[in-house]
Amino acid sequence: MEQEYSIVAENISMHFNMASERLESLKEYFIKLLKRQLFFKDFVAVNDVSFKIKKGEVFGIVGTNGSGKSTTLKMISGILKPTSGKITINGNIAPLIELGAGFDGELTARENIYLNGAVLGYSKKYIDEHFDQIVDFAELRDFLDMPIKNYSSGMVARIAFAIATVITPDILIVDEILSVGDFLFQEKCEKRINELMEGGTTIVIVSHTIAQIERLCDRVMWIEKGNLKMLGETSEVCKAYKNIANS
Amino acid sequence: MGFIKEMKKHGFLLSYLITKDFKIKYRRSILGIAWSVLNPLFMMLIVSTVFKVVFRIDLKGYSYPVYVIIGQTMFNFLSEATNSSMQSILQSASLIKKVYIPKCIFPLQKVSFAFVNFAVSMVAVLIVGLIERVGISWHIVLLPLLLIVFYFFCLGLGLILSVLAVFFRDTLHIYGIILTAWMYLTPVFYTLENIGIKEGADASFWMAFIEKVFIFNPMCQYITVFRDLVLFHRTPDMLSIILCVGYALIFMLLGILVFSKKQDKFILHI
Repeated sequence: MEQEYSIVAENISMHFNMASERLESLKEYFIKLLKRQLFFKDFVAVNDVSFKIKKGEVFGIVGTNGSGKSTTLKMISGILKPTSGKITINGNIAPLIELGAGFDGELTARENIYLNGAVLGYSKKYIDEHFDQIVDFAELRDFLDMPIKNYSSGMVARIAFAIATVITPDILIVDEILSVGDFLFQEKCEKRINELMEGGTTIVIVSHTIAQIERLCDRVMWIEKGNLKMLGETSEVCKAYKNIANS
Repeated sequence: MGFIKEMKKHGFLLSYLITKDFKIKYRRSILGIAWSVLNPLFMMLIVSTVFKVVFRIDLKGYSYPVYVIIGQTMFNFLSEATNSSMQSILQSASLIKKVYIPKCIFPLQKVSFAFVNFAVSMVAVLIVGLIERVGISWHIVLLPLLLIVFYFFCLGLGLILSVLAVFFRDTLHIYGIILTAWMYLTPVFYTLENIGIKEGADASFWMAFIEKVFIFNPMCQYITVFRDLVLFHRTPDMLSIILCVGYALIFMLLGILVFSKKQDKFILHI
């Protein structure tokens, strides 16, 4: 393993079985089996994509809806196993794939901070020590003992971002999350991401806000319908990507 | 080795998930955890009254209420543990889709939570035992061992069911029926000696059937050994002990095998 890279993806592909996603009962299964319709529709979400992300790099992924960006992120963070190919990860990952995953609406914010921290693999001691830091960042001290089901989505996003970035992870994965929350909070998030960047964290960002990608990223990958279309310097790729709107 | 390392890292998560279940279960209830004791007590009262008055069941000097509450709490644990772990993967779909967590943590969480409840309901057994003056013998020191073995049996079964439920939702519906049949095939309320077989041509067939059920129904073994230790104060026979351990081993191995083989496919089906 080359130590200078955080993430090395070699020829990764992800196939989804369209038929199996709808099979939910034994009867259907046997009927389809008899009709030999099983495992027929193969959907390729990501096709033979390779890339290497250096340590400390800010790496953007762009592409239109359904092009396989989120699938790629999920493979990087270990949620999905690639159908073929190999991903090597060097370091611990803080996934910000969808904020508030693992929150339980019945529990209060205080309890959810511990729960979500545990989900991300923090120890109890670590959360105890950084509890105030999380709450201060989220600016929600007055609502700490309220069940989170009564929170607005912006408030949930604040807490989730605060928990996920309280550590300095080796790799931070950001999927489209900065679009929630008001502009003040968005600025705050970007500031925190900048801090992490300076601390040497590798960051992978998916966003539809091209301006944000241009502002933050060192290199950008453009994928279209699961295929790698372009990989290179931010300015070049973004220029090409913006051109598809005009053509 | 990798498994142990991962479990160590996620140990706090497991304990917190169990605590969370507790908090949610008893939130806004006045008596709270006392229900884990009161519930089996009242259930036992109803059942033992019905069976004493209607069926005139008699245990030759042994306490029927203790007999019933042991069977009931054990079967309740089985049913709660396996039912909730069966649904655990499906219920955690939102989490599994967004964060990487070792997936076995969810069945483990549910079975462990049911086990804690079960341990609390042992207080109810103790209370009934005291009221009925059952007494105590050295055999009780073997009880924790039995409970651990029983826990692993339920965990193994729970793992298998959780995988089945992901791929075939029918499992969720079928299992309720199986559990009911299973309960009646297990001497929870009745005793094996009390089964009234009428003299007749098929009497020997039914005797053989009952013997088979007794051997091949794991719950029979666990409940019988528990009663031997606590109620009858006798050493369980060797066959029962071997079967108890054997069933736990078989189901755990099968559970781990099925689960580890299928866990990467879960996300495509939930």
